[in-house]
Amino acid sequence: MPKPTSRKAVPSTETNGLPARFGDWFSARGWSPRAHQLALLDLARAGRSALLIAPTGAGKTLAGFLPSLVELSERAERKPGLHTLYISPLKALAVDVKRNLETPIAEIGLDISVETRTGDTPTNRRQRQRREPPDILMTTPEQLALLLSYPDAGAFFGNLSCVVLDELHALANSKRGDLLALGLARLGILAPKLRRVGLSATVAEPDELRRYLMPQPVDGEALSEVVVAPPGARPEIGVLVPEGPETKDDGEARIPWSGHSARHALPFVYDAIRRNRMTLVFVNTRSQAEFVFQSLWHLNEDSLAIALHHGSLAAEQRRKVEAAMAAGTLRAVVCTSTLDLGIDWGEVDLVICIGAPKGASRLAQRIGRANHRLDEPSRALLVPANRFEVLECEAARAAAIEGAQDARIGRDGALDVLAQHVLGRACSEPFAPDALFDEVRAAAPYRHLDRVTFDRVVDFVATGGYALKSYDRYARLRANSPMTGDMRLRPSSPKVVQQYRMNVGTIVEAPMIRIRLIGKGRRPRGGMGGRMLGEIEEYFIDQLAPGDTFIFAGHILRFEGLAETEALVTHAEGGEPMIPSYYGGKFPLSTYLAERVRRMLAHHEEWTFLPAQVKEWLRLQEWRSVLPREGELLVECFPRGDRYYLVCYPFEGRLAHQTLGMLLTRRLDRMGARPLGFVASEYSLAIWGLRDMGLMAERGSLPLSELFGEDMLGDDLEAWLAESNLLKRTFRDCAVIAGLIERRYPGQEKTGRQVTFSSDLIYNVLREHEPDHILLRATYADAATGLLDVARVGDMLRRIRGHIVLKRLDRVSPLAVPVLLDIGKEQVHGEANEALLHEAADELIEEATRLV
Amino acid sequence: MSETVDISEERLHAAPALRVCGAALAVLPEGAVWWEMERMLVVADLHLEKGSAFAARGIALPPYDTRATLRRLDALIAKHRPLRLVALGDSFHDQGAEARMSGEDAAMLSELTRRTEWVWIAGNHDPRPSRAFGGAVLDELRIGPLTFRHEPRPAPATGEIAGHLHPCAAVRVRGRRLRRRCVVSDGTRAILPAFGAYAGGLNVLDVAYDNLLPGLDFHAWMMGARSVVPVAARRLEGD
Repeated sequence: MPKPTSRKAVPSTETNGLPARFGDWFSARGWSPRAHQLALLDLARAGRSALLIAPTGAGKTLAGFLPSLVELSERAERKPGLHTLYISPLKALAVDVKRNLETPIAEIGLDISVETRTGDTPTNRRQRQRREPPDILMTTPEQLALLLSYPDAGAFFGNLSCVVLDELHALANSKRGDLLALGLARLGILAPKLRRVGLSATVAEPDELRRYLMPQPVDGEALSEVVVAPPGARPEIGVLVPEGPETKDDGEARIPWSGHSARHALPFVYDAIRRNRMTLVFVNTRSQAEFVFQSLWHLNEDSLAIALHHGSLAAEQRRKVEAAMAAGTLRAVVCTSTLDLGIDWGEVDLVICIGAPKGASRLAQRIGRANHRLDEPSRALLVPANRFEVLECEAARAAAIEGAQDARIGRDGALDVLAQHVLGRACSEPFAPDALFDEVRAAAPYRHLDRVTFDRVVDFVATGGYALKSYDRYARLRANSPMTGDMRLRPSSPKVVQQYRMNVGTIVEAPMIRIRLIGKGRRPRGGMGGRMLGEIEEYFIDQLAPGDTFIFAGHILRFEGLAETEALVTHAEGGEPMIPSYYGGKFPLSTYLAERVRRMLAHHEEWTFLPAQVKEWLRLQEWRSVLPREGELLVECFPRGDRYYLVCYPFEGRLAHQTLGMLLTRRLDRMGARPLGFVASEYSLAIWGLRDMGLMAERGSLPLSELFGEDMLGDDLEAWLAESNLLKRTFRDCAVIAGLIERRYPGQEKTGRQVTFSSDLIYNVLREHEPDHILLRATYADAATGLLDVARVGDMLRRIRGHIVLKRLDRVSPLAVPVLLDIGKEQVHGEANEALLHEAADELIEEATRLV
Repeated sequence: MSETVDISEERLHAAPALRVCGAALAVLPEGAVWWEMERMLVVADLHLEKGSAFAARGIALPPYDTRATLRRLDALIAKHRPLRLVALGDSFHDQGAEARMSGEDAAMLSELTRRTEWVWIAGNHDPRPSRAFGGAVLDELRIGPLTFRHEPRPAPATGEIAGHLHPCAAVRVRGRRLRRRCVVSDGTRAILPAFGAYAGGLNVLDVAYDNLLPGLDFHAWMMGARSVVPVAARRLEGD
């Protein structure tokens, strides 16, 4: 924290209300406080809450704590009780910030105690902390929820004067943010004079965060003060495009038509690592991280220290990499979003993003990981893996240089999170629903909550909330003392309280399976030794058959089989691994970037920075078909083989396209076009069938305005959801958060699956018998913004109404090639199939680029 | 970054009859077995009132599982008009099930047992099935070459028709994994899947089946949407 303050001495310390001993400390270090640090101090003295927006390296955290340090240094005597609560999305960050805060406290000679409290804090210390709280406590949203669920929460937080929310942009607008907002609303009741400070990177809509910080009134809205620090130096961003002729000596295209491996660019990436001191290489998925790491290692003739970091690796291995990074002994780390946020590594001088960045804000966050000195520019290199990604990278680069951010879709607070909070409130002390309703509505995400919904959530917590009232005798909440007329609700047994504490939090991990490396030639049975390599998602293992090879933790492994809850693997003999499917669904292309890409396509003058090959591709598309103008949706129809294709280009991300594909094929089926299947990419959607959809559209038997009508989000969506398996996972997560299903803990599964119950079966029964149950409502709401991206499909359909351009072609267009190459990719295994695919791919490209 | 979804209809073959010690049995996609010669329906592991059993322990699962199970039974009976129905044990999730069952569901169950000759086989969850709903209670039932009991016994067990294990099977087709409830049989015995709405499944490759179906010389009759697909054990995958 000391390093971010400016070396340029500007304002004097006497006039700005900073006590002399603090001013002296700044001077002793050769620094002076920054304007935004002083502004926050002034606001704090006036008792005002504030949002601080500042770039990385601007002394954000010190700004957040300075008022608390000053206040604590001025108190006449040490008062017991918590003064300042700091909440961070990462426990590592809480620990790091504590360490950084201890420096000024020690050097100024302040009598202030600072402690952390995370899931790793030993039980005895946690108990001691509740008895004798420190002045400043660093913790996470989940720990706050737990602290609030104790009967002594009122005393514990009664003297709380300030709460600091770090990385607020990463917390708000998520379920975790909902939980924190509810906790904040509770704190507002327990400590009415509470001052709130939010620390955030640059965001598109600061008002959302200003509102988040404040208790919301019944009418209108309350916004906190806002302080904006000057932006840092403009980042230097390059887009890596291999130079040279269209095709290489081996006939392969320089910039691939499709795929996400960026294999073609890795020698250049290696070169960049060699020329810099320390490089962070970001990729979008775990499997991509494995692939890039493996490939870089093959290229690593200089034996550079390159490491791998992603969420599935064993925790100790990750800690080792982080420690080596902090010690400056590494040259590069290949990582996923696990390192998007986190502690400062001042030594990173280059950030490389492989694959499209997906969003302007995500890119800004990642670039910010390089060079935490404010007055020097961060340096980044974007590496597109295919032609469409070149467009996306250029759009993202322009956005980053302008400092533009993605707008976020506003969402209401999740009902499953509310259910969890209601139970937590009962665990703390009996509550009256009327009062709790008012309290909850003060939390910004829940300010629109209606009373009927709230009552249904309370009923859900109490008895399951079913229309069939058969569970009243098993209620989890009961009237506190009906004899005396005290109808406030309390837990019906201590077991309920215990259940709550075991299940608190909104992060539902995908079920994980441990990977154990065993010796070759041994029968895969449980209970044998072998090294633990880490954990991998159960759904990934589900896709593997014994004998399949994949890369994990930097090794090529052969899957041998499952034993209890472990996947047993051996080292694979040489050869190419079967590269696992690309699970890229986590971060769909942001609306903002999509808009910029569409604009780029439409305007030649924006092609200046595009590499020759990509320009050529777009010109061919103009010649062979057409490039859609801004605001238009291009629909191309052409025959190929014995099928007819319809390809459209909404640029709304794979999730939205998948939903659109499901709905369109239903409609096409009903309209007699006999569709057979579809494939969705980030940029486009291809549907194929037995009848010429272009001809049908032209003759009027398949009006495109009707096909793409907004009404598909009504009955068609409803009908599809009824059959879809996609919602079942969303339902499970909601059921866990809402407390219907208990979390699975490692080692707990050994009881055998048949004695438990399956959330899929429960979903089926509930959907059939009570389709408007509150948990299903929560599930649909999640799906609308998450898995199915229904909201985005809706916006798109509105946007393109009356702007659909149909182009009938005699063969595939250049723009359609990438998505068609994706067809059938899921089923490709091993070398022989790989060769077949390449044959097919070459034929397709030749067909599209042929001029006559 | 793409996902191919094949929407073409799953092609289903008419399932050939399963033979156990010479008796020809039809495996029904609803998860039951039909013995045409005896006009007899066999179901296993209804686990009625499993939902309320969890509710009593503080986990308020939707209280509709009994109704869902009974409605499916009702539909099966209407379709096949059996002379006899045998429920292979664990029909009630526990001894308290009868007391917890709603009046409406209890009336529906009593009505069902009146429509055909009804046999409750005792299971480990319900060693003494309630007589309140009608039907006969037996530990096992022998008819011709077949013996109907709850818990399968170690091989050899000639002609045994049992439940208890909730068999399900998984197979990979064109890279996609399908996991379904199944009847598992090697021709000398058959183990039926659980019929109850909240009853999960145990993969037939689990060690629990090792003594019952030694080797891989058996088939899993996997439940499709409208028909049943027999799959050789060698093609199956574990969980």
